[in-house]
Amino acid sequence: MSTTAPKLELGRVGEIVPRADGIPKVTGEFAYSSDLNAAGMLWGHTLRSPHSHARITGIDLSAALAAPGVHAVLTHEDVPGEKLYGLEFQDQPVLAVDRVRYYGEPVALVAAEHPEQARRAAELIRVDYEPLAPIADAETATEQEPLHPDRPTMGHGYRDDPRPNIVRSLVIRHGDPDVEADVSVSGVYEVGIQDQAFLGPESGLCVPDGEGGVDVYVATQWLHVDRDQVAPCLGLKPEQVRIHLAGVGGAFGGREDLSMQIHGSMLALHTNRPVKIVYNREESFVGHIHRHPAKIWMEHRATRDGKLVNVRVRILLDGGAYASSSTAVTSNAASFACGPYQVDNALIESLCVYTNNPPCGAMRGFGAVQVCFAHEAQMDKLAAALDIDPIELRLLNALQSGDTMPTGQTIAGTLPVAEVIRRAAALPVPEQEELPRDPLRLPGGSGNTTRGEGVKRGVGFAVGFKNIGYSEGFDDYTAARVRLDADGSAEIHCAAAEVGQGVAGVILQVARTELGTEDVTLAPHTTATVGSAGSASASRMTWMASGAVRDACRAALEERDRNGGGAVDVERIYRHPRTSPLDPETGQTTGERSHVAYACAAMRVVAEVDVELGLTRIVWIGTAQDVGKAVNPQAVTGQIEGGAAQGLGLALMEEIQTRDGLITNASFTDYLIPTTLDMPPVVSELVEHPDPDAPYGVKGVGEPPTVVSTAAVVSALRVATGRELTRVPVRPDDIVGL
Amino acid sequence: MFGMRIWLRVNGEPVEADIWEGESLLYVLRERLGYPGSKNACEQGECGSCSVMLDGKLVCACLVLGAQADGHEVVTVEGLSEDGRLHRVQEAFVVAGAVQCGFCTPGLVVAAADLLQHRPDPSDDEIREALSGNLCRCTGYAKIFDAVRLAAR
Ligand code: FES
Ligand code: FES
Repeated sequence: MSTTAPKLELGRVGEIVPRADGIPKVTGEFAYSSDLNAAGMLWGHTLRSPHSHARITGIDLSAALAAPGVHAVLTHEDVPGEKLYGLEFQDQPVLAVDRVRYYGEPVALVAAEHPEQARRAAELIRVDYEPLAPIADAETATEQEPLHPDRPTMGHGYRDDPRPNIVRSLVIRHGDPDVEADVSVSGVYEVGIQDQAFLGPESGLCVPDGEGGVDVYVATQWLHVDRDQVAPCLGLKPEQVRIHLAGVGGAFGGREDLSMQIHGSMLALHTNRPVKIVYNREESFVGHIHRHPAKIWMEHRATRDGKLVNVRVRILLDGGAYASSSTAVTSNAASFACGPYQVDNALIESLCVYTNNPPCGAMRGFGAVQVCFAHEAQMDKLAAALDIDPIELRLLNALQSGDTMPTGQTIAGTLPVAEVIRRAAALPVPEQEELPRDPLRLPGGSGNTTRGEGVKRGVGFAVGFKNIGYSEGFDDYTAARVRLDADGSAEIHCAAAEVGQGVAGVILQVARTELGTEDVTLAPHTTATVGSAGSASASRMTWMASGAVRDACRAALEERDRNGGGAVDVERIYRHPRTSPLDPETGQTTGERSHVAYACAAMRVVAEVDVELGLTRIVWIGTAQDVGKAVNPQAVTGQIEGGAAQGLGLALMEEIQTRDGLITNASFTDYLIPTTLDMPPVVSELVEHPDPDAPYGVKGVGEPPTVVSTAAVVSALRVATGRELTRVPVRPDDIVGL
Repeated sequence: MFGMRIWLRVNGEPVEADIWEGESLLYVLRERLGYPGSKNACEQGECGSCSVMLDGKLVCACLVLGAQADGHEVVTVEGLSEDGRLHRVQEAFVVAGAVQCGFCTPGLVVAAADLLQHRPDPSDDEIREALSGNLCRCTGYAKIFDAVRLAAR
């Protein structure tokens, strides 16, 4: 099909530029990872555990092998190389060996000619399980039998905690954590399990190369770290495994861990045929990691005039069965536990445990979401106790550049906390709408059968912040390669994963800016032609890709000048300022910084609650966000609106429900995400103070809106109802019958 | 696994396919007929990413059997642009920044085109209601509303 593009202006850094992939996405031509096909292709299917904890005593494949259309049935015995993999620690079996530790853990694989044949054959695999008592309660996990007796997360430089089932135990001691003050408020807060619920299900195509290697076309967030986990499990050299980015239908952290990459490759290499695997929605819900559920105890001590003196925090995160990226989530939750406020004394204990609940790892906001909900509830509570305006209280304590974090790190870059508070607070909120009105605009929408008699309104406020980039000494870099042709055109190679956030556009804008030409194309993202870009996570990709592409473009121009013209091809690696580990005993930074940089956001929310029916309506969201420098303002506001929606979802409706570790709502019928009827208008103010350490001053923008919006929505419900609301998602029972 | 042969029209073209009776129209379009534009986000009627027009009616292709489409007329997102020009809804989605990952986009574009065909100048509430069966996880919908308003103008 040929289509004529609307006339698009090619832009540079700072301009509004329509997405290069926009047209193929609106016409249906864009190839997502589930859209791929190859001649002779088979369909793979994964048999998963129906138990959250069980011993495997036997597996009988004979009936499955004899089923029509089946080409392979594989178990852990067929894993050619390492049997375990993992993002940080190798603690997760490619296929369960003698024990399953979570509901949905992969046990066996089938390849067949038709997906239904593969599913039916998988049902014929007989697995004998001996159920074991699941560890379903994170609070008692450290008193149970160890799920991982060889303690894979110990001895890696983190604080050694001898109790069983510790993923990470971190203590930050800052100033004098015993110091008293005039006033103290405390609370216990809980956050349910949230799911990334990206719309494009896990999927990909694995194609054997005929020489023992494999090409994997997959939707992922970090091509090179996939390769580095896949190759050892296949018993192959890294260059024998080429990972290519297929179209990604959203990620939000949920594609940091592997899904079908090793499984599809095993089936492809075994059958010597291309193999495609596509999860359905239920399998997607059980097949990937989630946001950590948390229980958080907080005490804030302050002077009578509202200055924070001491904050004491205990955080418990349920990591589920395998470690994934839990250690970094544990540390992030601790780092941001006090919020974007200057606090001279603090004691922060952050603990993540193994259980038989669904494994948890990265999701947008990464530990900061959970603690923001808690610290902002505390700030509202403190304001009430002191009879100070909640916004004034936040301004009084706002963190700024040059201040010291509880980890001892001095904030070197920009962090305009007071400014985002002032600008969000200054946004005019809409007038209350008259009653009666169209039920579509009542809490609960057209399901609301009243005339609105029980409607109460509240205006809430919250502030949050988060780090940008990988922390604690991780060698974080991004490679970019630039090929300048003799005719002046340029081709950019960068493995930065375009997951929908728009990094492909950022790369093109930077290249146009640096090269001074519009004749720039972006080559396919692959491990085959360029070095690692690192992960599309931690709000880092814009910063890192901008740095790498800028440096490579400048180097290419210099080389062309040296050569007096002609074609050049250069690759450059960009690193952000170095970070250092936290001291394992004190939680203090062992160098100049443990986090690279920070970004903050403030949000004001208007909510209505029907206190007779327990229904809510979010009327309006206004926010001001510290973005450093907006590379593409339209894409930035898009991130803010989408990020706010995900935080609203956690506040009001999104929770993975479990019983003894079994997920009971793995569908979009039972796990609800915000629809067009749930989302209000979002007014976004971009606060631009370029960060001195960042290329063009850019900061990541994806996470701060998600960090702050859950807290801000609940703050508005709290004002409307007068209830404490210490758990998200807020349930109808929590707000009904005042 | 071929149980039957069906004949239908997709985007105006007559096509035929050998299918297994249990296959959804979505599967038949995507895997048998080479129209992968309609998306498979849930395959259980909850997300709208598979929205197509069946005999002029908006349906979730995952909820219709391929066999039910035998002898019928289907229009997918691939069939919206005419004479090589984007449909005005498609163009508005690009210009308004309503596309991020884009996985919801084909379904939303088809649903929005259907809305504007019946209501050329919908109110904001009508837009919200008409698109409430189409989930988007990336955008928070603000720019999708902008796009529909832009296309309606
Ligand atoms: S795929 Fe058909 S409604 Fe979701
Ligand atoms: S743009 Fe990603 S789901 Fe809508």
